Amino acid sequence: MRRAPLLRCLLVLAAVAVLEALCRVGVIDRFTMPPPSRILEDLVRLLIAAKLYGAIVKTLTNVAIAFGLAATAGLAAGVLIHRFRLLREALDPLFATYYAIPVFAFYPLLIILFGLGDMPQIMIAFMLAVIAMIVNTLNGIDRVPNVLLKTARMAHMSPLETALRMTLPYAAPHLITGMKLALAYALIGIIGSEFIMSRGGMGFEIAFAYTNLDNAVMYPLIVLILAVSIAVNALIGRWERRVLARRGLR
Amino acid sequence: MTRQAKAFSEGRISAVLVRWRGSLMLVAGVLVVWQALYALVGEVALRSPAETVEYTAALLVRETFLPHLAETAKAFGAALAISIALGLGIGFVLGVHRLTNEVLEPVLVAIYSVPKLTLYPIVLLAFGLGMPAKIAFGVIHGFVPIALFTIGAVQNVKPVLIKTARVLKFGWFDMVARVLFPAAVPEIFTGLRIGFALTLIGTLLGEMFASQRGLGYMLMNAIGLHNVDVIMAVTFLLTAFAAIVSGILLAIDRRLHRRG
Repeated sequence: MRRAPLLRCLLVLAAVAVLEALCRVGVIDRFTMPPPSRILEDLVRLLIAAKLYGAIVKTLTNVAIAFGLAATAGLAAGVLIHRFRLLREALDPLFATYYAIPVFAFYPLLIILFGLGDMPQIMIAFMLAVIAMIVNTLNGIDRVPNVLLKTARMAHMSPLETALRMTLPYAAPHLITGMKLALAYALIGIIGSEFIMSRGGMGFEIAFAYTNLDNAVMYPLIVLILAVSIAVNALIGRWERRVLARRGLR
Repeated sequence: MTRQAKAFSEGRISAVLVRWRGSLMLVAGVLVVWQALYALVGEVALRSPAETVEYTAALLVRETFLPHLAETAKAFGAALAISIALGLGIGFVLGVHRLTNEVLEPVLVAIYSVPKLTLYPIVLLAFGLGMPAKIAFGVIHGFVPIALFTIGAVQNVKPVLIKTARVLKFGWFDMVARVLFPAAVPEIFTGLRIGFALTLIGTLLGEMFASQRGLGYMLMNAIGLHNVDVIMAVTFLLTAFAAIVSGILLAIDRRLHRRG
């Protein structure tokens, strides 16, 4: 069991080493991709120079706002939709199709509705993230065993108490999965809209560096975004395992 | 699950009716919201449902439009084929071999949850502007869910089936083709359904950011020019296609799961 994480680290390191070698030898030319060591160096330099802090803060703040909105609204909507069977029946096909729809097409509409500030971007990210949260909330509540609800009724728990002490704790792993996906989609929404139309943020800086062939900015920023998303995911994953362990699963 | 079981016991015809009732309600709801939003926002940013359908019909017979449609169809077809082959291949290998799975599954999960849209400049630099870039973009979105669901499906195959096959001295190929695959089909199908949706959006995103042809490019171009007619028509066309195919796949998915 302990062998797997070690092997995984070695594998990732080996892949990076191969990439480094290919870049150094010139199989991958430096206009396509600088060697990984160089990217890391550039990233440190960027972070020390502090020039892009504004962009980084703007992007991450918007992601956090969109994620927060989507997680709360998605949870509330999930609980509500679970109550109304007919609504659920109508929305199920939507959930199945939703992620094939290019939501970015609604960006111009959102700009007209919400003005030119950060709001349209946050709305795009919200629209992408909220459905993942709703779907997983429904999934979680579906799996709460009837016996728990009956026990709650026998103990004369109020609906709120039932939700807080039975439904939510039991559905927690699914809710956490929903939050993980919602976060990923919030990131995609914000950065995608910054690519399309925006005057700031990490997505804008990446697109700007790309058009100027500025690999010394583009690659470090991409790596930074990937690193942040992997780190936050790992953090949520650890929380998820703790919740499961408390329940005696795994 | 209980709802589905009940619907099944009431007979297949009413079950079909129940299924269609949901879709019909959804279409009606979308039309109402759409029309209301149109009344609210007006011609600046939206077209009414009727206008959109009309413009889409006109677009479909326009000669300059068909190459874009063909381009997207080609890219999506290729991306889907590669996603399925890659996803099933990885899924079966990791599903059968436990250590490889323990090493690689977290990597797949990480790829699944990372914002792959960020990678478009790298894909562009590696593949150049055009067909290979969008296919690659579709594949990196689509193959992971297929692989992850296949892993789960293979791991959930009842051990007794595998033991029986061993006793019968099945070879490697027979094991996959005659035992693992049939037993794992319902869950694999769910993966294919999600893989379909994500490959489609991946291909479209690839076209939006890394291409000068195809529906995604048309959409991006229309966003830049603020051509509301084209935005509405292309989005409508893509959504209708995705909805119809997803609806069919979802129906098959449910039937497979019910039988299993």
